[in-house]
Amino acid sequence: MKTVLSIENIHKSFSVGFIPQKKEILQGITFSVAEGEIFGYLGPNGAGKTTTLKCVLGLIFPDKGTIELFGRPHLDPRAKERLGFLPENPYFYDYLTAREFLEFYGQLFGIKRHEREARIAALLKLVGMEKAAGLQLRKFSRGMLQRIGLAQALINEPSLVLLDEPLGGLDPLGRKEIRDVIIHLREEGKTVFLSSHILQDIEMICDRVAIIVGGRIMSQGRLADLISERILFTEVTISGVEEKELAGLGESLTAQAGRTLLKVFEEDKVQDILELVQKRHGRIHSLIPRTQTLEDLFVDMVRPQ
Amino acid sequence: MIIKVIALNTFKEAVRDRILYLLLFFAAVSILFSRVLALLTVGDRTKIVKDVGLASISLFGALMAILIGTGLVYKEIEKRTIFTLISKPIRRHEFLLGKFFGLALTLFVMLLSMSVIFLALVFFQTWTIEWRMLAAIFFIFVELILLTAVAILFSCFSTPILSSLFALSFYLIGHFSWSLETLIKKARPGATRTFLQALYTILPDLENFSLKTEVVHGLPIPVSHMLYSTAYGIVYSAFILALAILIFRKRDFI
Ligand SMILES: Nc1ncnc2c1ncn2[C@@H]1O[C@H](COP(=O)(O)OP(=O)(O)OP(=O)(O)O)[C@@H](O)[C@H]1O
Ligand SMILES: [Mg+2]
Repeated sequence: MKTVLSIENIHKSFSVGFIPQKKEILQGITFSVAEGEIFGYLGPNGAGKTTTLKCVLGLIFPDKGTIELFGRPHLDPRAKERLGFLPENPYFYDYLTAREFLEFYGQLFGIKRHEREARIAALLKLVGMEKAAGLQLRKFSRGMLQRIGLAQALINEPSLVLLDEPLGGLDPLGRKEIRDVIIHLREEGKTVFLSSHILQDIEMICDRVAIIVGGRIMSQGRLADLISERILFTEVTISGVEEKELAGLGESLTAQAGRTLLKVFEEDKVQDILELVQKRHGRIHSLIPRTQTLEDLFVDMVRPQ
Repeated sequence: MIIKVIALNTFKEAVRDRILYLLLFFAAVSILFSRVLALLTVGDRTKIVKDVGLASISLFGALMAILIGTGLVYKEIEKRTIFTLISKPIRRHEFLLGKFFGLALTLFVMLLSMSVIFLALVFFQTWTIEWRMLAAIFFIFVELILLTAVAILFSCFSTPILSSLFALSFYLIGHFSWSLETLIKKARPGATRTFLQALYTILPDLENFSLKTEVVHGLPIPVSHMLYSTAYGIVYSAFILALAILIFRKRDFI
């Protein structure tokens, strides 16, 4: 697998306060993104996700460390030609209409007029903004800006797309649509780097993740490797069985309307419960094995801080 | 190519600024007011119109260059529109030069509008057009270019208000630095004189770009002076822009 983005041991500190004091925001970030994957960059608020992205884009200069894009130094315009970027809060020229806005970025890449028009039409369709093409960006809602921002990031048909919180500010349907767009990008062979603190989204679409907390990478790897497939416990909801009889089989959580919710840790005991229910002619309402989620992992990592 | 795209967008943005039209309005009022002044004076009335007219164009042009120029780069950083821009295959100097040429284009259009009013006024009084007036306007443009560069330089590292103050000081010092020359002549040779001479060399001399006296009083304008002033304007602007690029290149956009 080819590496499209490699970040090696970058450090960055900002001076803050009236009497400037150095505050180390990134404390040695190292990871790499392989071609064709969706890479999730996960971390709580203020962990340094946006700061890392700004280093990659050349908006700020790291104090130490190296960044390579497509095997070139990251500030090389030839590397940037193959890059797309959606900023965290979309700040754009608000006096332009959506079409003029895309036109402007298309021109910056030197895309020929004919080609440009075709791409703009396709992108407006992709992000569902065809109707708003003639509207000034100042009249856009937050979610609409997010969508047009995504279109802007794709104008040059980039090989690597960097998205900072791409699903922020979107309604549930919008989130699904954008998630679909991201998956579609991977199908086209593009690499997607997406930063987020919304676990659900990352869990659903990412191949690999890196978790950053307090300016350090706490963990990284394939999602499947990070989260154990082992069953942590099983949730069983039953009725028609006396609560006394269930003692020792599992942790009884609630008993409502004759139904009992049990948290069972050993798999043998699940079998025992089922047999018991059958003997007493009771009913099983649900049986859910719970595996570890990204959330469990994330909470474990963030909590000690 | 990239510079051109950014310049055109800058032009689009700048011509939306209301300050521009406010200044243009006052410039027009000021130019037309010279006609009223002329009526009130005895002697050569055309002289007054030319004098006040050229002075108005220069002053209001300078205010446009400074007030718009100092906000251009700062606004991009403040509003974070620069994020998406820098993430494209653009070098930072291309961004800065795009901004510079965009504002230069804006000022050119504004200067043209003011000149049309001025030249029409003079024409209806004298029924002739002097090429020397065009030369005077050309040098006002050269001066505005230099001021644009200065405004952009300051806006690379400070807020619009501070930058405007700096740039305005530059403008005022530039127009009064020639008085140092008189001072140098009066000073006795020695440390003071050397110091004044050094100061005079460093400080901008914007009077180089003023052909008002020559135009108003019908004095000859030596070609050598015009060549020298043009070269002076270009070299000085290039120097200021280079300085701006140097500062801008190493900046963090946070
Ligand atoms: N300009 C700045 N000056 C000083 N500190 C800053 C500056 N910008 C960011 N920081 C600090 O850097 C840290 C990381 O910020 P960053 O924006 O990278 O977080 P993030 O991971 O993107 O968070 P979020 O999920 O909220 O977007 C924060 O603690 C923040 O306070
Ligand atoms: Mg962020």
